[in-house]
Amino acid sequence: MRQRLARVLGGVAILALVAGGAAACKKEEPATNGGSTVSGLKIGFFGALTGDAAGLVTPGKNGAELAIAEYNAANPGANVTLVPFDSQGSGDKAAPLATAAVADEKIIGVVGPAFSGESEVANPIFDKAGLPIITQSATRPSLNSKGWKIFHRGVGNDLSQGPAIGRYLKDVAKADKVYLVDDQSAYGTGLRDEVEKILGAAVVGKNKVTEKQVEFGPVVTAVKNSGATAVFYGGYTPEAAPFLKQLRAGGFKGTFIGGDGLYDANMLSVTGKADVEGAVVTCPCGPATAAKGNFVADFKAKFGTDPGVYADVAYDLTKVFLEGFKAGKTTRADMQAFLGTYNGVGTATGVTYKWEANGELDPAQVSIWAFVAKDGAWANPTQLPKS
Amino acid sequence: MNFDDLIQGFPDLTTTGLAQGSIYALVALGYTLVYGVLRLINFAHSEVFMFGTFAALWTWGLMGYDSNSARPDLGTALLLVLVSLVVASLFSGGVAMVVEAVAYRPLRKRNAPPLVFLISAIGASFVLAELMGAFTERRQQGIPGLLPGEPLFSAGGWTVYPLQLATVVVALAVMFALDWFVSKTRFGRGIRAVAQDADTAALMGVNKGRVIALVFLLGGLLAGVAAVFYSMKQGNTRFNVGFLMGLKAFSAAVLGGIGNLRGALVGGLLLGLVESYGAALFGSNWTNVIAFVVLLVLLMFRPTGLLGESLGRARA
Repeated sequence: MRQRLARVLGGVAILALVAGGAAACKKEEPATNGGSTVSGLKIGFFGALTGDAAGLVTPGKNGAELAIAEYNAANPGANVTLVPFDSQGSGDKAAPLATAAVADEKIIGVVGPAFSGESEVANPIFDKAGLPIITQSATRPSLNSKGWKIFHRGVGNDLSQGPAIGRYLKDVAKADKVYLVDDQSAYGTGLRDEVEKILGAAVVGKNKVTEKQVEFGPVVTAVKNSGATAVFYGGYTPEAAPFLKQLRAGGFKGTFIGGDGLYDANMLSVTGKADVEGAVVTCPCGPATAAKGNFVADFKAKFGTDPGVYADVAYDLTKVFLEGFKAGKTTRADMQAFLGTYNGVGTATGVTYKWEANGELDPAQVSIWAFVAKDGAWANPTQLPKS
Repeated sequence: MNFDDLIQGFPDLTTTGLAQGSIYALVALGYTLVYGVLRLINFAHSEVFMFGTFAALWTWGLMGYDSNSARPDLGTALLLVLVSLVVASLFSGGVAMVVEAVAYRPLRKRNAPPLVFLISAIGASFVLAELMGAFTERRQQGIPGLLPGEPLFSAGGWTVYPLQLATVVVALAVMFALDWFVSKTRFGRGIRAVAQDADTAALMGVNKGRVIALVFLLGGLLAGVAAVFYSMKQGNTRFNVGFLMGLKAFSAAVLGGIGNLRGALVGGLLLGLVESYGAALFGSNWTNVIAFVVLLVLLMFRPTGLLGESLGRARA
């Protein structure tokens, strides 16, 4: 009898605790109708902030930080903060980070995830919690067909980038023998498939490498024996830089081309000036250093460097969320609805952001650019034709 | 399966395989030496190698050569390589001795069971890798191409580059020197004595502690040599390059017969060749699978490796 009494008392105590806790939590929830006066909202930034792939993502994080700093200065009391989630670009690390982002109720929107592989892990978690995201650089086409309502892409996908690379090889580089290599990642394989569709019979050989691979000797031999005059690499810088270096060391003199996964400063510095010279990368983004408005000057003043890849895109996408805050969209559901009807021009990129039902950017707004490595820098930005 | 790639590229694949295998063999010797004497797998040896790659990178950096530099002329290149060989070997050797003094010697004094050494080794490996990771911000760092980039000779689809030749020649030379050291010198006799029977060797006046430190130093020196050639070949390094190299070199040591010096050489070269041919035949992404399947099959028929386990016995 005594025991039973103790149990009942214990049960009541736990109930009281839970209720108390819930009440306490409730107080922290942002007011839903306070408009721009709501303070302390957060925007998440999800991607590789350390590690080998960080070169592709940290400029974007700085862009987002700049947007928020400007917003806070213009709206005293808003105190919006950026919460970084460092996935190191890895799908393994993405799930716990996404869960943490979802658990913080003050996070109303997320810029990212930056890569396609981690998107496939993190986006279902975001979708379940109704936390809207806009990715600045995850370009695998199939991300739009997974039924994630929260998914928005701020750039063109590889269905536009891949064919553009194929056409570049055909029309600009005049390559009739192309060797395709990919890293078996969600992004790398997807991009390769699109390139292959355009090139057709011009493909003289294919090979797959793996993440963290360092020795490419047999691939180099295969490329040389295929007689290829151009090599396409679908993947990211950490493998592409040593691969290109070993290709050049092995006497390959033809064109080397890759997608936006190679468009970062590490590709230049790790490969080295002499070996990277003439390498071509494409990006569904324009040159960030030629962004519109005061963006370039402001970025340089705040961070002391020129804006890198996707800095301008992430800046504009962060501002989309901030406009939402300004318009009083302070819950995830309101923000999601806000994005659905959004139609506005980004001040840095000049792109009109308007999303289709599947989260893709309006096709009319997509543009693909090519850059050529020259004297240790990405030079000659050229917009590629759409067909 | 792509027989065309294999047949067409056979000569080149052999050269790249031998060069890669020489590097495996040099690192494998470190595992084999320590195992021969202590019956211990020194898992931290992979990080000793990784520190060597950074020592080489920094040496060249201090001498004004980074990944953006143009290739120097032959004389300068040889000087750069020689200096980095000395610095990287000493640095790796030093790290190896520190690992021994910090991670193993205290345990040995307390007669800890073998399993504890294993944990200590894994711990040391993590600590070293993460230290370097934190210090270099986990960034991948480019390494300059030093030796001339023109082929040494090129005939009928067979091309040999200076770096490939240098790697194989230096690796073989170092290996013969080590073999001579262990079989002919007084220090070598001490190593063999401790390997055969540590207690009896101690009774005969061999300083066991010093012999063990010497063995770690030797392994470290060889890893340093391997690191220099690896750096030039791969053209980049980062804090986690030790992991895969350690795994491969350890496999090479087991393949040849762990504890057996000549076995490490044979195992390393064989692994390099198998990887190279396998990658051409099945695609580069299958490299590791093929290497380990071959390892398993060989060990099924020769459980103690190709040349058998022995350090200090006749074969070593």
